Amino acid sequence: MSHEQLEVLSNQAVAACAVVYFMAVLAHLAQWAAGRQVPVSEHVEEHASVPVTVGGGAPVTRTSRSDGAAVHEESERMQLFGRIGVALTVVAAAVQLLAVLSRAFAADPARVPWGNMYEFTLTGTLVVTIGYLLLYRRYSLSWLSPVVTGFVLVTLMVDVLVLYTPVVPLRDALQSPWLVIHVVAAIIATGAFTLGGMCSALYLVKERWERRQPPSSTDDSSTATGGYLARLPALAVLDRVAYRTHAFAFPIWTFAALIAGPIWAHYAWGRYWGWDPKEVWAFITWVVYAAYLHARATSGWKGRSAAVVALIGLLTLWFNFVGINFFFGSGSQHSYAAPEINPTIHAPLVPGGATA
Amino acid sequence: MTPRELARWSWRQLTSMRIALILLFMLALGSVPGSVIPQDAVDSFSASKWREQHPQLTPIYEWLGLFGVYQSLWFTAIYILLMISLVGCIVPRLKVYWDGVRAQPPAAPRNLSRMPEHRSFETDEPAEVVLARAESLLRRRRFRLRAAGAGDTVQDAVSGQRGYLREAGNLVFHMSVLVVLVGFGIGSLWGFKGGVIVVTGDGFANTLSQYDDFRPGSFFDPANLEPFDFTVNDFDVTFIREGREAGMAHKFAADLTYRTAPGAAEQQRSIAVNHPLTVNDTDVFLISHGYAPQITVRNADGSIAYSGPVVYLPEDATFRSFGVIKVPDAEQGKAGAKSTQLGLEGEFYPTYAFTDATGPFSAFPDDKNPAISMLVYRGDLGLDNGKPQSVYSLDKTGLDPVLKPDGKPLRLDLAMGRVATLPDGLGTVTFDGVSRYVKLQVSHTPGLRIALTGVVLALIGLLASLFIRPRRLWVRVRRQGGRNLVEVAGLDRRGDGDASDALSAELDALTTALSSTALSSTAAPSTTGQEPT
Repeated sequence: MSHEQLEVLSNQAVAACAVVYFMAVLAHLAQWAAGRQVPVSEHVEEHASVPVTVGGGAPVTRTSRSDGAAVHEESERMQLFGRIGVALTVVAAAVQLLAVLSRAFAADPARVPWGNMYEFTLTGTLVVTIGYLLLYRRYSLSWLSPVVTGFVLVTLMVDVLVLYTPVVPLRDALQSPWLVIHVVAAIIATGAFTLGGMCSALYLVKERWERRQPPSSTDDSSTATGGYLARLPALAVLDRVAYRTHAFAFPIWTFAALIAGPIWAHYAWGRYWGWDPKEVWAFITWVVYAAYLHARATSGWKGRSAAVVALIGLLTLWFNFVGINFFFGSGSQHSYAAPEINPTIHAPLVPGGATA
Repeated sequence: MTPRELARWSWRQLTSMRIALILLFMLALGSVPGSVIPQDAVDSFSASKWREQHPQLTPIYEWLGLFGVYQSLWFTAIYILLMISLVGCIVPRLKVYWDGVRAQPPAAPRNLSRMPEHRSFETDEPAEVVLARAESLLRRRRFRLRAAGAGDTVQDAVSGQRGYLREAGNLVFHMSVLVVLVGFGIGSLWGFKGGVIVVTGDGFANTLSQYDDFRPGSFFDPANLEPFDFTVNDFDVTFIREGREAGMAHKFAADLTYRTAPGAAEQQRSIAVNHPLTVNDTDVFLISHGYAPQITVRNADGSIAYSGPVVYLPEDATFRSFGVIKVPDAEQGKAGAKSTQLGLEGEFYPTYAFTDATGPFSAFPDDKNPAISMLVYRGDLGLDNGKPQSVYSLDKTGLDPVLKPDGKPLRLDLAMGRVATLPDGLGTVTFDGVSRYVKLQVSHTPGLRIALTGVVLALIGLLASLFIRPRRLWVRVRRQGGRNLVEVAGLDRRGDGDASDALSAELDALTTALSSTALSSTAAPSTTGQEPT
């Protein structure tokens, strides 16, 4: 296939995967709508000593601490819609992967598809989806499905409508192995922080919802409404999933922003840290997430405050990606989204009489 | 409160996690203005432009140090306080950790069944056999075991602890932050960064006087400049001719001949973006490029008043560039008349094009049809009043525009190779040709490796502190009702509140292995089908 055909293929694949994501969103909405008719019956693991039989034959008494993790029973219709939604998401992710790959080979010469904001967003949303699918079983993430699919769909739409850039060769400054290392790490960390931020946001929503519930209804959980919030996992579980996602993303962000970035900056721009706006905001993001990790281990900051800090971190991360490129433009050496090169050279002051 | 109590109270506050968190937020918040307001150290040109545009805000901003946020007193205060807080937090923990590493794992609590995670089963095997098995199982799981002679009165239990590296990682991470700061500080105090524009064919020797701008650290000693020199032989750039990115420059590289010291052998090297020249610890980076038209100004009698390449600074992506020529030695034709200086100011267009709507513009960044368009001034250039002056701008206070006969300012529009004659016997201006120049940055950043080592150590420490699971396990055997009751309990010692089912799974596996009559059957089915989450 020619480069132009590959580019067209990539664009069509993006459109196709958006359609599939839309269907996945619908499936998950149907799943949760079906859930409204089924009352939530919570089977909370109690602090109980249960004798169980071990392989050797001796009865063993177990005592386990439980987070009060509610095991929600889903009706068959809910499970069906849920499975359809996940299957559609898998299909959408495969099509999106095709879009990313064909985008890479559409350039002449073929290159990693992270040369501008459009490509970064395309790959970043794919990372979000893949991360969600990988963790789906392990953390029983069916409660996260509508949020992830909806987020990815909306972000892809914005990406195509606002950020679309035709395939172009890479700038000289971007032609470095560090493009692969630095940007891959940044994309993975951004995707993981985004997933973690979703959990933290749901934590805050659920926490507020629980506080507003009249106390009587929480006693009798079998009569609780079957809505989405009621079916969200317990706060402790949300908090834990959020923490693990952030704990995964933070070292990767450290590597992307504070190791790979400075090494590349040293070779490309002659300094490893120059307080460029993008660097400043990457640093701010790092500091805020460091604060999140500390806050989570500090009494008085646990739970709600920590979740708020995580969301502030996510805002700084997204602002760095979107805001710096759009509002600071030529002010940042990172503004590869700007369509023009900007060879600014500034007049140095030299003592009078010198003529260069 | 006595001063001593106050000091203690302040110290305790400063080293508390709450204050550390607040300081972290202040650090994040304090960094913001530096990304919004142009910084002298990052972009001095934009910073001075901003000052001109905001005469009222400037004094306030100056006072707040907002043009140099990261060097300002208040920003320094935040991170110094944060570092003190960090040290105050870490040093006591080092001591605790050191003691903890040398100490025996704690003895089994009296009542294991009160532990949050706990298993028990009965067996007819002798206690020694079960305990020996427990010891070997825990060793195999890389637990450190409490020694038999650790002062316990009753030897009825095995105690093990694992995951010492988590706290070690935590401590390494925090100390590495200090290492990074030291490395960064060394770089900014003893290093330097200098910029120089070199027209192709010209040379550069690494001495202070050759730099166009030079930013040394506070403790930088010019005697430490590496004595290298180089000549820029050639500069290659390819502009994409067609397609969407027409006009984009790529594959630019400067070809240098350099010597590491006077008298050393000459070496060839091509430098490009991402590929600097490194002489010992000093790096030469190619930052950008531009055009330097060759212009000659002659007096009316044909003698040369000025000749050479003039560096024009690019103004946009088409390389429409702005430049200035100062001719201090322009003579007046007749002897005895007061000498007049000439100044020319205007633009260079690598591919000149003109429409009535736009006026002159550059259609392409490559030099396909070069032309200059200059206004001419006469009078006093102001070079002798001692004030520093930019070579890229004219001080017009002592200058008058040279006028055409119709009274309008004279504009010289010259294609390459053309000559223009100035009125009033001021001579001629010739546009002889076009050279290219490169903008190079020379920098020496000591402490680079210290900072890199620090940040890599920090990452390793961070990984250990996030993912290593410190854990204590105990196994006790006691007589109950004629049989031996085996109790197994564990404690997850992470401070991050990430209660984990992994401990539960480990206890299940351990219990299974213990209750099997032979060690070989450790692979017996696990007690529950529960998956660790």
